[in-house]
Order: sequence, then structure tokens, then C-alpha cells
Amino acid sequence: MNPRHAWHPYALLLPTAIFLGVFFLLPLAIAAKDSLYAWDLLTPPVWVGLDNYRALFRSGELVGTLARTLGYSAVVVLLSGALGLLLAVTLDRPGKVFAFVRGAVFSAYVVSWVAVALLWMLILDPDGILSAALRAIGLPGRAWLADPATALWALAGVSVWKITGYAMVIFLAGLQDIPRSLYEAAALDGAGPLRRFRHVTWPLLRPTVAFVTTTSLILSFQAFDVVRVMTQGGPVRSTTIFVYAIYEHIFMNLRVGRASALCIVFFFLLLALTAIQLRVMRGAAPREHARSRAR
Amino acid sequence: MIGERGQGAAHLARTAVLVIVAALWLGPYAWMTVTSLKTLPEILRAPAYPLPQAVQLGAYREVLTTVPVGRYLLTSLAAAIAIALLQIALALPAGYALAKLRFAGRGAAFGLVLACLLIPAQVTFVPVFTLLGAAGLVNTFAALVLPFGVSALGTFLVRQALLSVPDEIIEAARMDGASELRIIYGILAPMLRPTLAALFLFSFVFHYNDYFWPLVMTTDDEVRTLPLAVALLREQGTGVRWHVVMAGNVILSLPVLALFAVAQRHILRAVTARV
Repeated sequence: MNPRHAWHPYALLLPTAIFLGVFFLLPLAIAAKDSLYAWDLLTPPVWVGLDNYRALFRSGELVGTLARTLGYSAVVVLLSGALGLLLAVTLDRPGKVFAFVRGAVFSAYVVSWVAVALLWMLILDPDGILSAALRAIGLPGRAWLADPATALWALAGVSVWKITGYAMVIFLAGLQDIPRSLYEAAALDGAGPLRRFRHVTWPLLRPTVAFVTTTSLILSFQAFDVVRVMTQGGPVRSTTIFVYAIYEHIFMNLRVGRASALCIVFFFLLLALTAIQLRVMRGAAPREHARSRAR
Repeated sequence: MIGERGQGAAHLARTAVLVIVAALWLGPYAWMTVTSLKTLPEILRAPAYPLPQAVQLGAYREVLTTVPVGRYLLTSLAAAIAIALLQIALALPAGYALAKLRFAGRGAAFGLVLACLLIPAQVTFVPVFTLLGAAGLVNTFAALVLPFGVSALGTFLVRQALLSVPDEIIEAARMDGASELRIIYGILAPMLRPTLAALFLFSFVFHYNDYFWPLVMTTDDEVRTLPLAVALLREQGTGVRWHVVMAGNVILSLPVLALFAVAQRHILRAVTARV
């Protein structure tokens, strides 16, 4: 449609443009600039060129942080995705009991990370209920969060508990798009539940799998609350993943330059992840895809 | 009909999954509630004993007297509601221009919105912190709300929803002499109610729960939010007073769980909306 006056569209977009400019684009540019300075927020910034990036790389901090973030994310994405799919397929039934259990699983995604993190600290406490249960069946209890070998995986486990409901509801939406007639046809051919899953559900759900994997990967890359509340990056930095590393640089070490350099690296990582997502998703808009295959 | 045995096995497997899943996801909530009703000596004596000796509300009393829960809760609610309303109020005109009006630079403007989808708060918080510091806005309510005044995702979703509204409706309203703003807020907004409700709830829940942004933008009690206060309950003093922490946790989670119970459908619609 033509606007009534040529300036109308610009006026309507102006507030949005200002907010996006001030709080998204400008900060990105400032972070890029700050990453070339050494600045402690108290004395004037000093130009250091690419030293911040070099230092992050040489000290091994970048590689270490990236490795921990990738490890954490891999566990979270794979486990929550697999569990979410299993739950979606099992719980995709009419009836109040199923609806209630679906709601229970998804509720963890709605509750705050702080509440979930505190709750699991209580459960994972060396004197807590999990250790007591393990001791009762003859296994040793452990201080999972105090042990550098287990802390990151404990955080990943808690995150899986939190976001499995997300994967489940996306898979449930994907399942709605698979025509019942395909299952009936497969059943007529004598296919049992496992074969129906392998030959009907899985191929038609593949675009949804790609969507869940990439979105939860991006989500887990941004994890912070669970680290801040449960371990503060420790013990011995074993849970210092990306966003927590940025936070530590600016709020504990007062190194704006180093923090900004990490921000910029982090931004390009997310950009790469999104590029992968778009590539995987291209031409595979789940709904259309399912329908055209069904025809 | 076909494959009776397979169906029987599937039924058994499903029942087993139901029980295990319910225990895994509801158990922790139950444990949180039970712990909040205990006393400290009880927890120290038998940390894993499932039932409290008697229902004790001492932990809740302690939370309410040591922490200004009311004020924190109010700040959290006010910030989350303000953000959600602002996002909707600004997404409507922008979405309308992008979906319905022809003008030079529309493609670029839409590209800008999409580009901002790729920039999360975790990338921008350091410069936003220094920017707000320079403007003297750190430790204010504005620092909690303004950075989220526009949601790129919200703008995108409103635009998508408006694409399916027929132009004739807008043309007819223009003939009747309605102003553009009246068309946007008076005619189109009510038509978009499901989308806007989903957007509001999603945004509200996200920002009510948010820990990261208030943590880095505020140090002042006056504008601190409930998640910060509850997380602090654990860090204070010597030895963790789990019954008090869990009482705080219950207070923090209850509003969201209640909202979830009544508006699950709308929240689900927002979560499953695909970009």
C-alpha cells in the first residue's frame, strides 16, 4: 500500500530505529573500538591495537573458554534434544494425565534459572538428597560442584533438566504436522512402533531436529546464570564458559578492553552458528516440508 | 487392531516413562517446597529425610523480615510489565510500516531488524553498561527497561502477523477518516490479539526471570529485582540456610508457575513461533 504521506513510514519506524541503534548497533561498534584499548574504567583508555586479542589467544584463555563452552553446549544440546524427542513421541497423546506431565516438563523452562540453579545446588549438595540416595545403594556420594572434573557436567545436567521442555514442545509442534494417514498406512503395512518412528516420524521430523539443535546450541552458548549462581566459574576455572569469562573481565578485573575483545569474538561465534542454522534450515521450513512430503 | 503385542509393550513403556518423567520433573519442586517448610536443625540432622517434623513457616517469616521481598517483587513485576508493553507499543507501528507501506529503504529497514536478532544482550552489555554510566543511568529503573524497549523478535513477529491482514481493512478505515495511529492501535492491534498476548507473556516471563541484566546494571537496593535477592540469600552469612533459600525460591517461582498454569497455551504459542 502507499503511505498517506511519504514521511509516515519513517516516522512509524523512528522509535524502533532509535532503540535498535542505541542498544544494539552502537554498542557493537563501541565494543569493537574498546577491544583495541586497555581500559580499567578509572583511568583514560590506552590504545593497544590487537594486543587484547593476542593476549586472549597466547594465554590459552580463549581456547580454554571455547573448549569448555563447546563441551557444555554439546552435552546440553544432545541430551536435551534426545530426551525432548523421546518425551514428545511418548507424550503425544490426548488425555489429562499426558497434558499434565507435558506441562510439568515444560514448566522447568518457564521458571527462572536462578530458582533452578539454587534448587539443584540443594539436591547436589554433598550432604544432600542425591548423595544420600547414592550412599543408600552403596555408591559414594560426591561434591559434584566442588570437583573440577565434574562441575561443568553437573551444570550441563541441570541445564538439560531446564531446557528439555523447550525441545519437547518444539518436537510436539513438529509432530502435529505429520499426517495421521501416514502412520495408518505404515501400520497397515505391518510396521511396529519402532519402524514407524524410523520410517515416518524421523524423516519428516528432520527439519524440526535441525531447528531444535541450532536454537538450543545458541541458547546454551549464552548460558550465564547457572554458572554465576552455582559455581562462579570455579573450581579452578573449570566452569568459566564464555559469557561468564566476559563478566569476570569487566566486573572483577576491570578490564574493559579484554572483555570487549571477548564480546567481539563471541559475536562472531554466534554469527557463525546462525549462518549454520540458516543453511540447515534453508528450504526446510518444517510445515511446508512435511506437507509436500505427505502429498 | 494390528500388532497387539507391540501396542501392549508400547503402553507399558509409556506408563513407565510417565512415572519416571513425573518424578524427575516434579520431584525437585516437591523437595524445594518440603525443605522450605523445615527448620535448620532438622535439615542439619537429617538432610535427606523427606518430611518435615511439622509444617514450619519460620523460613518464610525470615525471608520476609530480612529481605524487602515486596519491593523486589514490585520492581521485578514493574520492569517486566513495562518492557513487555513498550515492546508491543513500538512493534505495532514498526511492523505496520514494514508489512503494509511501500517506501524507499523498506528492505534495508527490515534487514536492520533481522540483523539485531543476532545481537544478544551478552554481546552488548559491556558497552551498554559504560554508555548508561556516562548518561548517569546505571542503578536506575530506566537501566532495567530501556535497553529492552524494542524487541527485534517482537517487531518481526508483528510484521509477519500483519502480512496476513487484508489491505482492504486498512483502506476502508482510511476512507472512514481514521488516522494511521488509530488504524494501528485501534483496529489492527485488536485483530492481532493472539500474537500480542503471546508476545507479552513471553517477554514478561523472560524479564521477570532475568538475572543477568539486573545483576550487571544495578548495585542499588532500590532497583534490585527478586531473582538477585533470592540468589543473595544463599551467599549471605556463614553456612547455607537451605530452608530460607528454598522459601525465597518458592516465592520467586510461584508467580511464574501460576501464570504458566493459566496461560500455558499462549506461552507455548510464543515459544513455538518460528522465525
